Amino acid sequence: MGMMTRRIIPGTPVFDGEAASRGYRLNAMCYSFNNAANRAAFLVDEEGYCRKFGLNEAQRRAVADRDVAAMIAAGGNVYYLAKLAGIFGLNVQDIGAQQTGMSLDDFKAMLVAQAA
Amino acid sequence: MADIIGGVFTSHVPAIGNAIAKQRQQDPYWKPFFDGFVPVRRWLAERAPDVAVVFSNDHGLNFFLDKMPTFAVGAAAEYRNGDEGWGLPVYAPFPGAQALSWHIIDSLVADEFDITTCQEMLLDHAISIPFELCWPGGGPRPVKIVPVSINTVQHPLPSPKRCLALGRAVGRALQAWGGAEKIVIFGTGGLSHQLEGKRAGFINKDYDRFCMDHLASDPDAMTRHSALDIVELAGSQGVEILNWIAARGALGETAVEISRNYHIPISNTAAATMLLETAETARRGERLEVEAFVG
Repeated sequence: MGMMTRRIIPGTPVFDGEAASRGYRLNAMCYSFNNAANRAAFLVDEEGYCRKFGLNEAQRRAVADRDVAAMIAAGGNVYYLAKLAGIFGLNVQDIGAQQTGMSLDDFKAMLVAQAA
Repeated sequence: MADIIGGVFTSHVPAIGNAIAKQRQQDPYWKPFFDGFVPVRRWLAERAPDVAVVFSNDHGLNFFLDKMPTFAVGAAAEYRNGDEGWGLPVYAPFPGAQALSWHIIDSLVADEFDITTCQEMLLDHAISIPFELCWPGGGPRPVKIVPVSINTVQHPLPSPKRCLALGRAVGRALQAWGGAEKIVIFGTGGLSHQLEGKRAGFINKDYDRFCMDHLASDPDAMTRHSALDIVELAGSQGVEILNWIAARGALGETAVEISRNYHIPISNTAAATMLLETAETARRGERLEVEAFVG
């Protein structure tokens, strides 16, 4: 008995209990960005803000690098991360391009091409 | 006796809110999507529902991961929208159908659904965007609402089978409600899309078509997949189809498709809008039209 086997879906991180545990502090920080004053505080002192939420080293580095794939690998959930990405001026198409290694134009064209 | 008149099923992509704010409804990128709401708005204006029971998922506005209910039912007199962090306007509050909420909650728990109840609940773009699409132009909200939130964020998610059963139980509660309200059901989110990972941008027209083709006539067909099957078939966020499945359950046994719109892409999403009527309302509608013609 014990844990169920984790299902692997290629290219698709599944935000399960393990990821939710690992990413809790990073996601908690992102959740705080529903408040405009917190977004401003992050911009004034990013290092201090991350320390306040107790991010681990991998999470801190991923945030510093604006690297969404690394944030997800460190347990980030995309709905919460979107609030952090918004502070950097990145929307879901920007982060899609970033994670797939495409230019933004190529990523948008890939989406349009799927209509055919 | 309360009357379940039909259901509106629609994507809730946040970018739609920006397009509305910038009045881009007629731009070539947006027009094919917004056009899908012409029949929906006409139907809502003609049928004039009093209450909307809305199945959707929160995206980190109301629920954090400290407490993540699988199924949560609102029981407030008013629900507020809020700042989601990435720039959508904060929309007007939504009046709640509070007595009906408690009736649904009583009925669901009697039916052995162990739900969470919320007297305070912020409603995010999953509800504000569909409402702006259905009733554009601001002004007072034309319906009171009962929000039903389904966890589509943190796995394990409820199964499609369980979501359909939840919706059917809500439908039974509505049928037993003594009020005279006309009730419209909403299911929001989807269709196929994925925001994260190497597969970001994934869309699956075949699965979306399967869902749209079976929504009215055979919703049980959508329960043959597990929630993780749907993640694979429709993308990580395509699993929001769970909201549609539950909403379809609330319509009762028989429903008739009135309109359908499907457009790729809106942002990263295969966007869809469907309008279903309950069989009873559809029959009454025919009768009304005949009478108008004869008269």
